[in-house]
Amino acid sequence: MTAVTTDRQDERLQERDGLRGALADVVERARGGDLGVIPVVVGLVVIWTVLQILNPIFLSSANLVNLTLESAAVGVIALGIVCVLLVGQIDLSVGSVSGLSGAVLAVLFVSEGLPAWLAVAAAVIMGAVIGWVYGQLFNRFGVPSFVITLAGLLAFLGLQLYVLGTKGSINLPFDSGLVNFAQLDFVPAWLSYTFAVIAAVWLFASGYLHARERRRAGLSARSVSALAVRSAALLAVLAFVVWYLGQTRGVGWMFVFFVALVLIMHYLLSRTKWGRAVYAVGGNVEAARRAGINVKAIYTSVFVLCSTFAAVGGILAAARLAAANQSSGGGDVNLNAIAAAVIGGTSLFGGRGTAFGALLGIIVIQSISSGLTLLNLDSSIRFVVTGAVLLLAVIVDSVSRRSRTSHGRA
Amino acid sequence: MDVLSLRGISKTFGAVAALTDVDLDVAAGQVVAVVGDNGAGKSTLVKILSGVHPQDSGTITFEGREVEIPTPAAAHKLGIATVFQDLALCENLNVIQNLFLGQEIRPLRLNDVAMETRSWELLRQLSAKIPSVRVPVAALSGGQRQTVAIARSLLGDPKVIILDEPTAALGVAQTAEVLNLVERLRENGLGVIMISHNMADVKAVADKVAVLRLGRNNGVFDVDAVSTEDIIAAITGATDNVVSRRAQRGTPS
Repeated sequence: MTAVTTDRQDERLQERDGLRGALADVVERARGGDLGVIPVVVGLVVIWTVLQILNPIFLSSANLVNLTLESAAVGVIALGIVCVLLVGQIDLSVGSVSGLSGAVLAVLFVSEGLPAWLAVAAAVIMGAVIGWVYGQLFNRFGVPSFVITLAGLLAFLGLQLYVLGTKGSINLPFDSGLVNFAQLDFVPAWLSYTFAVIAAVWLFASGYLHARERRRAGLSARSVSALAVRSAALLAVLAFVVWYLGQTRGVGWMFVFFVALVLIMHYLLSRTKWGRAVYAVGGNVEAARRAGINVKAIYTSVFVLCSTFAAVGGILAAARLAAANQSSGGGDVNLNAIAAAVIGGTSLFGGRGTAFGALLGIIVIQSISSGLTLLNLDSSIRFVVTGAVLLLAVIVDSVSRRSRTSHGRA
Repeated sequence: MDVLSLRGISKTFGAVAALTDVDLDVAAGQVVAVVGDNGAGKSTLVKILSGVHPQDSGTITFEGREVEIPTPAAAHKLGIATVFQDLALCENLNVIQNLFLGQEIRPLRLNDVAMETRSWELLRQLSAKIPSVRVPVAALSGGQRQTVAIARSLLGDPKVIILDEPTAALGVAQTAEVLNLVERLRENGLGVIMISHNMADVKAVADKVAVLRLGRNNGVFDVDAVSTEDIIAAITGATDNVVSRRAQRGTPS
């Protein structure tokens, strides 16, 4: 028997080690209302099963490749929504900002003939400036973010129509790098497998080093076997995904770009002082302020991030469509982005959620959309179903919040 | 040797004199209870010491030097830590995250291991009964939350710690835990200023009682040498009326 570690000395703590202990923890947390990603994973399994039964093409490699590419643009927007929701605010204008960004890109790139990188940079910077303005309005006048961004929704839609001019639609040339990136560029098979191996090795190595550091400091740590099992599981899942998508076109660079953004945001939110501050502001603004956190700067940074991601999403959407038109960023983009964040487990009440939520959430939303399109159903039905799923996600959020309160975990 | 001395502190808000010529001394390893009725100026005093409002006049001497406390950060830097009544904890964050909120180790790649080790050190120093530091604060009892808030104030190695009504919202057992905690702070050589309404708590842990009444000093008592009735009399001003003033002047009634 080894010595008891510093963090396990309280006699009330139950021994929970290895895989069984980890499983018991998950079950107990879920009972207490801390559902994490469970609802979205369950939802995904249900949706995929139903859609596959209705239409056998749904889970085909070709359709799933398409699904990953379709999710990237709105997924990036959802990533920004996760950030604003974490501080307990909302941005309703992401659709308009993404549409405006696509329009600015198209005008600068096609009509004005600027180089692609410059047009992209201009659109992204415009997004950042919009977010900064939101932040200033919010901090200086204390107007609820919901109203500021509702105003932005209309204003930037108007600006988008103005920028596009009388033509109303600008096509991006098919031979441009942008369109290639979004439609034709796929990661070669060997590189995809390399990415999968790197991810698994990285997970194991970082887990191992962390565990070693904890053991040295006299704290309890995950065993090497548990870490190995976790990494092997990740490798198996990633390898299967790469193999299955590789049956047709493979993994698109645009999807890899989206996943990379998710990983970066995950790091920023969970491993930096800024990320802690974001969660703290979402949990208790006054406590955050007294702890010396510059609350206004955090709000501004989050609004800037959200609008910037919206602009990036708009660029990806324009590239994917090879055009920017009056309906870019309109329709259900706004709602899909917010729904993806909420379905991915980000609480509307602030202080709870992860970057991975955006990834999982957008896959759910995109699956519904893709499945219903395959069934040749009208967009009217698609809207109804997406709305119902969003409502369901919000109900799960509220109920689990109540459950957390009653289990002392709120 | 007093670690913190206030002399002639005054503060007015508009036409209201919240504090007039208040003196207060705290030595290292001493618990000074500040008591007084509502509106006596206790909170104003706390706010001056924690840098929320600067005083209008009077001097603050800290460790033999005259100091200014214009901001909360300045108070923190000097070594004066304040635990406010509402604790100001983030319920969605765990104990470690709350303890180090705003002063995380290694901002760009948080050092969880060092923070967890230090958290356990702090909690052990207070003999705190918190089973795990990885649970969200929402899962803790009122007494445990108070412990976390006090532990957080100890993070910057303060010399003086101000507790604003630390037992106001607590049950019997939790109150006892917090009182133990206050004694532990004294044993560790800190000067403690405890604002309280509860005479039993004051009698239990304080060394000295400073009474404020209507923004003025109304007596400083040695706890062992004073009865609860006398403290209450000083708080309510029962000794300060026409009859007693005549008695003091020595004129026969």
